[in-house]
Amino acid sequence: MSLNRKKNIPVLLFMFLLLLITAVFSLLIGRFDISIKECFGILWSKLFPIEPYWTKVQHNMLVLVRLPRIIIAILVGASLSVAGTSYQCIFRNPMCAPDILGASTGAAFGASLAILLGKSNMTITMWAFLSSLACVLLVLLVSRFCRGNQILNLILAGIMVGSIFSAGNSYIKMIADPNNVLPAITYWLMGSLSGADTKKMNYIWIPLLIGMVPIFLLRWKINVLTLDDEEAKTMGINTRVTRTIVILAATLLTAASVSVSGIIGWVGLVMPHIARKFVGDDCRILIPASALIGGIFLLLVDDLARNLYTIELPLGILTSLIGAPFFLYLMLRRRE
Amino acid sequence: MSIEVRNVSFAYLRGKTVLDDISFQIPDGEFVCLLGPNGVGKSTLFKCILRLLTSYSGEIFVDGADSVSLSAKELSRRVAYIPQSAAAIFNYTVRDTVLMGTTAMTNGLRSPGKKEEAFVDQALKLLDIEYLKDRMFTRISGGERQLVLIARALAQQARILLMDEPTANLDYGNQLRVLEQIKTLSASGYTILESTHNPEQAFWYADRVLAVHGGKLIADGKPEKVMDAALLKTLYQIDVSIEALHDGKAHVCLPKKLLQ
Repeated sequence: MSLNRKKNIPVLLFMFLLLLITAVFSLLIGRFDISIKECFGILWSKLFPIEPYWTKVQHNMLVLVRLPRIIIAILVGASLSVAGTSYQCIFRNPMCAPDILGASTGAAFGASLAILLGKSNMTITMWAFLSSLACVLLVLLVSRFCRGNQILNLILAGIMVGSIFSAGNSYIKMIADPNNVLPAITYWLMGSLSGADTKKMNYIWIPLLIGMVPIFLLRWKINVLTLDDEEAKTMGINTRVTRTIVILAATLLTAASVSVSGIIGWVGLVMPHIARKFVGDDCRILIPASALIGGIFLLLVDDLARNLYTIELPLGILTSLIGAPFFLYLMLRRRE
Repeated sequence: MSIEVRNVSFAYLRGKTVLDDISFQIPDGEFVCLLGPNGVGKSTLFKCILRLLTSYSGEIFVDGADSVSLSAKELSRRVAYIPQSAAAIFNYTVRDTVLMGTTAMTNGLRSPGKKEEAFVDQALKLLDIEYLKDRMFTRISGGERQLVLIARALAQQARILLMDEPTANLDYGNQLRVLEQIKTLSASGYTILESTHNPEQAFWYADRVLAVHGGKLIADGKPEKVMDAALLKTLYQIDVSIEALHDGKAHVCLPKKLLQ
């Protein structure tokens, strides 16, 4: 084990601890008072039967409202951040974000269509998810039939297919009723976790797990994919297959995340770079670190979104407002 | 025979023939320089041997095995490629950079472990660059970087090293230092095929020269035997005089204009 990795494992543990503290803190804050004693009591009672010293409302608030929302915030933040890190590596471009292949644009189209047709909350999520996958699979399919550089073909196909979905989305916005449907679409596109409930929590972990596992297992090979494609091939690696597996996994993460949260910018671009600052570029450490940092960041931003004002603020606005200046700060500091 | 190239021809889709019926054999431990002007097909020949291009006609044998019959993994254990310079986008330590050479050894999803780390130590030791181990690859000198790329090829456990103008981007001192290391490797049994633009490198370090022109192999033999003013005139369209120094131990090329 290298010096670097030895030094980095305490960093990962520290980040994990920070995530736990942030999660407990997030459980306590909100417009409804729950003390730390009641909070632990309620959680404890889920494992061991104890005499309740809290009200039923407090119990429901914590278990049915705050807990699922906090878990989903962590999962979505971690997933977007890991997807961003993976895309940056396999496209050999530090400016890549999870929507590089059109995953977000696809999701936006599916969600807008479902909202336009007056579908239920759950159906909107489902359509967003499927449409996001469809968009990226179309990109993969198109790029398969192109000759030459796989990376360039994928990115160009991503831009083209994305712009078709985005045109569809604009059309839906144009014909949508401006009194009630259009605001709903616009609100969805700005991202929010206000719809995060136990029902969504109960299924969202499945696609996220399916996406996360291959990336964690392949994280050393992702390092090697950052080399020139031909160099990696001469080392005996099937770059096309490995890259495709990582793309599918990262797409699953992105599609499932945006389908519950709406479009959240910046997390997938900025969080990987913050993780790189702390632990370096070796994906064996970088991928777990960006998962933890992404989880912490989105959880904190969501705390702001639900507590800053009496109305919920869209997450997309906050992540951009916080993420963009922070990114600029990192860029300026690098010059020194 | 370490490498045997038999009647290899290659044409790109548009019909331009790049390699025209090339044949040669390189035995174990030989240091061969491949000379030829830009665009003559040196890189194409490398790509055929590395099987990055597969639509060539003819046959290529690596360690006696038909290269078509080998899996990508098997081929990577025999032949390694050392690029002119590495386009590093992200920052890795020298240790991790060299460790990447061992990737094909680990099965499927496993990250490299103790055995692979040992290959890294061995490779760094062989090139006397253990002191670079924990430095960042992007923060070391060009010459050191080239040695690290060679170490990566050694960690890959290949005995045949293909080098594409490995000294093209280096300053004078680093060029000679890298070449001396390559010479030492060849003396310890590694087979080396290096493309270069500098005929003096071939004179000073190579056991043998292959010269490619117009897609054909136009010279093959010991540098002192085959490299003369006429060959260099054909390859580079320039008049030079070749002078033997120190009783023929070393040769230099001097531009004729300089001597008038």
